[in-house]
Amino acid sequence: MAVLNVNGKALNHNADPRTPLLWVLREQLKLTGTKYGCGIAQCGACTVLIDGVATRSCQVPANSVGNRKVTTIEGLAANGQLNKIQAAWVAVDVPQCGYCQSGMVMAATALLAAKPKPTDADIDAAMTNICRCGTYQQVREAIHAAAKA
Amino acid sequence: MTIHQTSLGRRGFLVSGAAVAGGFSLGFHIPFEDGAAHAQTVKELNAWVVIHPDDKVVIRIARSEMGQGTLTGLCQLVAEELECNWSKVTWEYPTPAENVARNRVWKNFSTGGSRGIRESNQYVREGGAMAREMLIAAAAAQLKAPAAELTASNSVITHKASGKTVTYGAVAAAAAQLEPPKEVKLKDPKDWKIAGKPVKRLDTVDKVTGKQIYGIDLVLPGMLVATVRACPVIGGKLKSFDAAKIEKMPGVKKVVAIDGNAVVVVADTYWNARTALAALPTDWDIGELGKVSSETITQMLTEGLVAQEAFVGNKVGDAKAAIDGAAKKVEAIYSFPYQHHVTMEPMNATARVTADKCEVWCGTQNGEAALAAASEASGLPVAKCDVFKQLLGGGFGRRGRSDYVRQAVLVAKEMPGTPIKLIWSREEDMTHCQYHPITMCKLTGGLDAQGNLVGLRVRISGQSILASLLPGNLVNGMDPATFQGLMASGVEAAYGYNVPNLLIDHAMRNPHITPGFWRGVNVNQNAVYMECFMDELADAAGQDPLAFRMKLLKPKWAAVLKAAADKAGYGKPLPAGHFHGLAQVMGYGSYVAGVAEVSVSADGHLKIHKITAATNCGHVVNPAQIERQVAGSFAYGLSAALYGEITVKDGAVEQTNFDSYNMLRIDEMPKVETVLVPTGDFWGGVGEPTIAVAAPSVLNAIARATGKRVRNLPLMHHELKKGA
Ligand code: FES
Ligand code: FES
Repeated sequence: MAVLNVNGKALNHNADPRTPLLWVLREQLKLTGTKYGCGIAQCGACTVLIDGVATRSCQVPANSVGNRKVTTIEGLAANGQLNKIQAAWVAVDVPQCGYCQSGMVMAATALLAAKPKPTDADIDAAMTNICRCGTYQQVREAIHAAAKA
Repeated sequence: MTIHQTSLGRRGFLVSGAAVAGGFSLGFHIPFEDGAAHAQTVKELNAWVVIHPDDKVVIRIARSEMGQGTLTGLCQLVAEELECNWSKVTWEYPTPAENVARNRVWKNFSTGGSRGIRESNQYVREGGAMAREMLIAAAAAQLKAPAAELTASNSVITHKASGKTVTYGAVAAAAAQLEPPKEVKLKDPKDWKIAGKPVKRLDTVDKVTGKQIYGIDLVLPGMLVATVRACPVIGGKLKSFDAAKIEKMPGVKKVVAIDGNAVVVVADTYWNARTALAALPTDWDIGELGKVSSETITQMLTEGLVAQEAFVGNKVGDAKAAIDGAAKKVEAIYSFPYQHHVTMEPMNATARVTADKCEVWCGTQNGEAALAAASEASGLPVAKCDVFKQLLGGGFGRRGRSDYVRQAVLVAKEMPGTPIKLIWSREEDMTHCQYHPITMCKLTGGLDAQGNLVGLRVRISGQSILASLLPGNLVNGMDPATFQGLMASGVEAAYGYNVPNLLIDHAMRNPHITPGFWRGVNVNQNAVYMECFMDELADAAGQDPLAFRMKLLKPKWAAVLKAAADKAGYGKPLPAGHFHGLAQVMGYGSYVAGVAEVSVSADGHLKIHKITAATNCGHVVNPAQIERQVAGSFAYGLSAALYGEITVKDGAVEQTNFDSYNMLRIDEMPKVETVLVPTGDFWGGVGEPTIAVAAPSVLNAIARATGKRVRNLPLMHHELKKGA
């Protein structure tokens, strides 16, 4: 039995300790908002925050997390209220298929925490997630909108 | 756990519950076993519309939502005729088995070819209008007023003379008992209030909270998870495998071979299944296919460029004679490589098979094909099977095929009663696709002394999708779809240039790598060939590429190109070092054009600054969604132009994941400006046509910027540096 600190709760799981955090979240803790896209840290679909840092959970062994704080997409809305980034995403109507969007929102959350008023160049550097539907223009717009909110 | 029955009263229930999902809701259909849970069902007004006593409107959608927005657009069309309150609208999918059982009342489930709105608009609007008339008739009885004196708007029916009103919810039950009207008159689109407007999508919120359930996220009681490895060479066979080596590994439940070409590990979790599969020794029989490589495929296609025999797709006058007699001759050879769809959600399906039932839960672009695959793989009649569609994490044509559904059912059959979720790894997905077909093209044009195009000869050599996937659709051996965008006539994908002497033909050459429908399909490469060569001809004629095209284009094609050029400021001064490139095409019933603005730095760095894209899709149902489809089309088309290339070695696909198959990210995404120029006289598709102008508009702009004519994609292989 191992413990992970996820979205403010201590959660137990039985997975092999080297299992990637992505699969512990999805299969043991049933937090399926964090997505599998590539498994090799290329696409960003699996992005979570570890102590506030945007991290590709498919390449993080669960036993390396220790007691650091993990935040997933399910942990952003407090008491059913969307946070300002999610609200901007809804206002701009960003998602198409939506599969990449958890990772996009998590990456944007880390970006805005580090740089509350990001430039386009900041966005280009931080948002390296792949969206095959091509929502990039709306992602950029929503990040700027959230920065102003 | 709470169980809600959907308004369809089907054998499926919507389950939502913290018990299953660890604190957030999820929706999926689980089989209905006993009669006990029969909830009150609300009777439908017709197949498309259900209205609850609290005014909630449920609109049924047969096509699949995969990001393209068809769900919202179709709901807008129904709601427009229904005259309901848009804020009360929700939606649900009927199942393919229900469609079969009800004599296909929802018609076509298949979601491809940008057909959702252009082919269903008439009957879904009629469904909405008929429901409205039934509500008015029921209100007439209740208000004791003649139906002709009643008006319906925003889910309220009003009798103006008496001032009395009644809501839809109050009369829906009575209306559901009435006979539907025989005929209804549809609204003039100029009177639309919901359709034609940039309303927000109906499926957004759950996609930003992590609540949206895709097939890969499903959890069913007692479910096991499987993963597959098929022969790395498509068409090869499984010779042997050593299950004993992995049977004791953590979580492993079963190791099975399916279809003679793949092995599957079933375990408690995906991670355990994947780990065990990676350790499973397998031996494959690939035979002669192991000798195939990209080089041998290129040889095969190159031979086709000059072969005697070919299928003629478009012929006017005598192209050969005209070119032979021309003052100037221009010739070029182009190629377009295999592409992978790369849906962000890897292929997956969940199946449960018992002696008399087969149920499948999956994202699919073709529910009825998935149902047929479930029936065939399970050996049960269609009437004992059903498919519960999930939202798709991308489709792009890939999920029109049901290979992954078949596999899931075959595995589930080995473990009767246990739900099996089969997930493909990204590596399996990259190497076992139905790829965008590979083709080459030789173009020869003849110009007279004044620079007029007098003859054009186009020979396509390469792969046919239909020959591989739908051989029954070949016409005397010919694949008409090969000529998408170059067809002599028709409302689908006709050629826009008036060329007095023209011959377009296809030498079919089919390597073993399975081809498939890739968003935009054959319009993509045909537009590269034709639109880049048009620029080459204009150059040879010493004319501006826009002016050169305008002399040849038919009115609708010309109008959309002009709209894009005007908006982009084509011909006006650009910032220093910036250059424009043009392209136009007709595809999926729509006319589209793009103007790319690029620069290439002295060290060869390409920047695509902006794309101006014009679309005439006849009718605009949701301008905001069209804008997103157009911008998304450039992300997709430019990914292919810059990076997309599947290569073959020893018979197998070489690319295995995103490190070897790159895609465009936000830093390379140009600003896309969309211009809508609907003419209102037809219904065209939107999800695909624009992709085809992405590559040629950029290639044409690069040629202006550098003097280099790139004829073989992807661009990553080309040095754009001056003098290189
Ligand atoms: S799944 Fe982790 S980066 Fe793609
Ligand atoms: S919204 Fe579909 S992959 Fe990004």
